[in-house]
Amino acid sequence: MSAILSVQGLSRAFGGLRAVDGVGFEAGRERITAVIGPNGAGKTTLFNLISGSLAPDSGKVLFDGDDITGMKPYRVARRGIARTFQAIKLSGRMTALENVMIGRHVRSRAGFLEGMLAAPWARAEERSIREEAMKAVELLGIAEYAGRETGTLPFGIQRSVELARALASEPKLLLLDEPASGLNARETKELAELIARIRDRGVSILVVEHDMSLVMGISDEIVVLDFGKKLAQGAPREIQRNKDVIAIYLGEDDA
Amino acid sequence: MRRFVPVLALAVLAFALPPLAAATKTSFLLTQATMSAYYVLASLGLCALMGYAGQISMGQAAFFAIGGYASSFLSTLNLPTAASGQAEAPFARLLDGAGLLARGADAYGAPTLSLSPALACLCAVLLAAAVAALIGTPILRLKGHYLAMATLGFGIVIEKIARGTKALGGADGISGVPSLRILPGVEVTGGRQARAANFTIAWVLLALGLALLVNLVRSRSGRALRALHDGEAAADAMGVDTARYKLKVFVLGAVYAAVAGAFLTHFNGSIGPGEANAMKSVRYVAIVAIGGMANLTGTVVAGLVLNFLSLRGVFGSLDDGVFGAILVIVMLINIGGARRRPAAGAAGLPGRLSGFAQRVRSVFPARRDRSAR
Repeated sequence: MSAILSVQGLSRAFGGLRAVDGVGFEAGRERITAVIGPNGAGKTTLFNLISGSLAPDSGKVLFDGDDITGMKPYRVARRGIARTFQAIKLSGRMTALENVMIGRHVRSRAGFLEGMLAAPWARAEERSIREEAMKAVELLGIAEYAGRETGTLPFGIQRSVELARALASEPKLLLLDEPASGLNARETKELAELIARIRDRGVSILVVEHDMSLVMGISDEIVVLDFGKKLAQGAPREIQRNKDVIAIYLGEDDA
Repeated sequence: MRRFVPVLALAVLAFALPPLAAATKTSFLLTQATMSAYYVLASLGLCALMGYAGQISMGQAAFFAIGGYASSFLSTLNLPTAASGQAEAPFARLLDGAGLLARGADAYGAPTLSLSPALACLCAVLLAAAVAALIGTPILRLKGHYLAMATLGFGIVIEKIARGTKALGGADGISGVPSLRILPGVEVTGGRQARAANFTIAWVLLALGLALLVNLVRSRSGRALRALHDGEAAADAMGVDTARYKLKVFVLGAVYAAVAGAFLTHFNGSIGPGEANAMKSVRYVAIVAIGGMANLTGTVVAGLVLNFLSLRGVFGSLDDGVFGAILVIVMLINIGGARRRPAAGAAGLPGRLSGFAQRVRSVFPARRDRSAR
């Protein structure tokens, strides 16, 4: 079986800075692939290149065998890639459930006119949107917050709402941008278990993360970036033993 | 069903107020109440655009004027006629055969041939939608005050076109606009006998316009609009084609304004370039703002009250100033609110009131506590 995501020679420069420089790797189906690296390694740029928020200077992104290089984010989303953001991006004045319902946008189709006229089939669709969103909310164990205004919820819960929103779209590939940032050790551990559970439900996951404790335990494959280039790739155990990786994370003795 | 209470209230008032006014000998007030309803309809379209989708437009009056002008121009046309009274152009004859032309008389009693008001009104609304789609495509890529300035510029252009075009009557505008028959026996027209009926028409139309938007904001599209208001990147990442949604709601707002403009023009029997004035656009914005931005009921209530008072001349020579002042006050309170959000959890009316009080207080910066230094 081919990889769900294949990144080939992807590059993007900002002025003279080569934020991502010829990076290539594959993410396996129903596996957790992690991209790690120190601050400024190009993780978030790589992430934005895959999700369509940025267009690459060169290289290719293949999703499920199709070329999605440089495609606009909403088109990428429609193909089955959902993402979360490092800095939470939710509608603070909408309820948690309404936010999650936005996740069903790609799975529904009622337009302006049907919405204005409240056409019977549009109302039926609306009910199924609500039900599916509720399922995602329950999966993340935040059902008790469903009716609350999102802006008033604690940070950790908001993270879960964002994850529920992404899951509600029933993605083939889930992109997580530093999901552990701002979480404490216990919350990080719970998040790791949750991510593993999502994978076991058949979702492929690509996680960009700074926090080693999150990725080492659950990742099937780890890609290490440094200064925009791929430094290493392999199973967590191999990465932990990799001298170059240890050097960039702990500093080199002979520097 | 609670969300339809305001719709129902409008519909009930549409039928209940005329007899009440007749009983209290205040039927003369119905004229201004009718006009108010049409102005509120234009504000409602802006409420969807600005309040829910977060795209400010300072050019709503332009679409109102496009609707009013196009409908009155087309329904007061004087198509060339042959001696037989038949239209000369083959296409016009075709329209005539389909019953889409109307025969009238000009100020000197000479027979005229023009588009039937219903067709003229339809064309006017379609024209406004087309113009909105055309200018919306490039303009909606702008954000915040850049968008405000661009739409303001557009509004000024439309006003100058109206004022400077001879065929549109220049500074005098177009008068002698015929009545608009929507259904047999239902006619949008001025005049004392038609006053009660026209009040009902306007308020029912407003109730209908409100009902459609009440549905919209709670639908899949409405959620997408609110989501793009709060962050285009996130909406985009969830599969919302933000550019398309912004354009759609911009066109929708223009259609609301154009319908309102056309109906009011047929009701008044005339239109002038003042309807396209930037100050009119400011009024629409002020009404949505004081209504609570993403608040359809608030827009209706604020709009009906303020327009009615304004049309009755209550504000005197300060008329436009009142709307300007409203904008200043609302913006101050809202920005204060963004800086210092009230504590979470306070629900219901008491909570909202205390939140409001807190926001009002936050407009005035607290004095520095000397003892703390």
